[in-house]
Amino acid sequence: MSLFELTWQYLTTGSNWTGNGGLLDRLAEQLLLTVTALLVAMAIGLPIALWLGHIGRGGFLAINISNIGRAIPTFALLAVLVTADWPGSDEFGPYGRAGLATLIALGLFALPPLITNAYVAVREVPPDIKEAAVGMGMSGAQRFWRVELPLALPLVMSGVRLALVQVWATATIAALVAGPGVGRIIVDGFARNLYSQGIAAAIVVAVAALVLEVVAAAVQRAVDPVPRASKRVRGGAMSAAGPTL
Amino acid sequence: MTLLVATVTGAAQESDGPSCYSALVNEWWCAQYVQDRQDEIVDATVQHLQITVAAVLFGIVIAFPLALLARRLPRLESTILGVSTGIYTIPSLALLPLMVPFTGLSMTTVVIGLGLYALTVLVRAMLDGFRAVPADVVESATGLGYGPTRLLFKIELPLAIPVMMAGLRVATVSTVALTTVGTLVAYGGLGNLISHGVQRNFRAELTTAAMLCVLLALLLDVLLVLTQRLLTPWTRGVRT
Repeated sequence: MSLFELTWQYLTTGSNWTGNGGLLDRLAEQLLLTVTALLVAMAIGLPIALWLGHIGRGGFLAINISNIGRAIPTFALLAVLVTADWPGSDEFGPYGRAGLATLIALGLFALPPLITNAYVAVREVPPDIKEAAVGMGMSGAQRFWRVELPLALPLVMSGVRLALVQVWATATIAALVAGPGVGRIIVDGFARNLYSQGIAAAIVVAVAALVLEVVAAAVQRAVDPVPRASKRVRGGAMSAAGPTL
Repeated sequence: MTLLVATVTGAAQESDGPSCYSALVNEWWCAQYVQDRQDEIVDATVQHLQITVAAVLFGIVIAFPLALLARRLPRLESTILGVSTGIYTIPSLALLPLMVPFTGLSMTTVVIGLGLYALTVLVRAMLDGFRAVPADVVESATGLGYGPTRLLFKIELPLAIPVMMAGLRVATVSTVALTTVGTLVAYGGLGNLISHGVQRNFRAELTTAAMLCVLLALLLDVLLVLTQRLLTPWTRGVRT
């Protein structure tokens, strides 16, 4: 049988999905990891970045954190975390083996796109609009909540999207250091010369990534206060694009 | 389990007295290791560099015609950008297996896979670069009798270089980092050392490889900045 047929067979065999440690188990594990890491990173990164953008300080750090994040291989950071005495590769609740190390790595790699985009988003609110807000007698907090944040939201969301892509990819790579997630099925398949298994799991990961991206894009469109105008803002996003996958 | 593996590697590595990379000590950084395993490290670095350079070149070769096409036919632009963004969304550890049925467990698999990621960044950067060329300059050149080809290579391309180079730097730096994942198909350059280091709980090996990755990324970035300065002498002194 050809590799394609074997892969198809793997994907259409029910027990490969439902079994213990099967595709569904691992998919749920990876989704849980991704959502947790993304929410934690958002809770930490967004307030800082938005505040820095509001007061207009720390731009150098906010922009360069993305460049630094890109240069560090996700695999290398995972390797260091797992090999260290802490967090190591112990089981961590529902997050599976090396769960804590994976969560830390995911959170760290989610931060750069979140911070850079959120900072740039607030900074790039047109100065005349900010001036008009001041002229209307708005306080700093009012300006932030009523003017800057709504206008910045599309770009902030595109940062969240980039972070999501990054986190999903990193969660997959976690398997290379014996971590949790669907990547484990890929790595196992390659380690045991069961290439059809590896390819089948890769298809699942890829499809899930595309679904997540489509959902995120829909959310981004939904929060856009001025849907037509956001194209202008997006021009400045080049420096923020391109996470390490 | 870790202990067991550590003992096994330790036995193989101990020579006279426990060196700083023996399993008993297992230091994160060990100059002795770098000295003893020099050949292995150099080989891995060379492979890493080969894969990175080949992947980025592959990305450029594909991205340039695509960018020109997207510019000529605006209808195709959203399709090209959409497809390349789609590819970008797929995690590297999933993209490599998807290439395996076509290219097998080879360096080609890694080069093409990483090239596809570089492509996304490069196509965008090239289109942004062309868009950054002032319309009046193009108009003047056309007025001076420049044909489409000469206009592209003599006027538009040089003026687009700063924006394009920014994209090339992003693509190169991330490709260096991504190359490590190639270890899945046994062609990961320094990633192979990291992978081995994790399996054997060999700290010095994985830290050395990780640091070399970051260094390689910085080095290539600096090289690109220098190249850009050479290519755009007119921007010197007029910092924008």
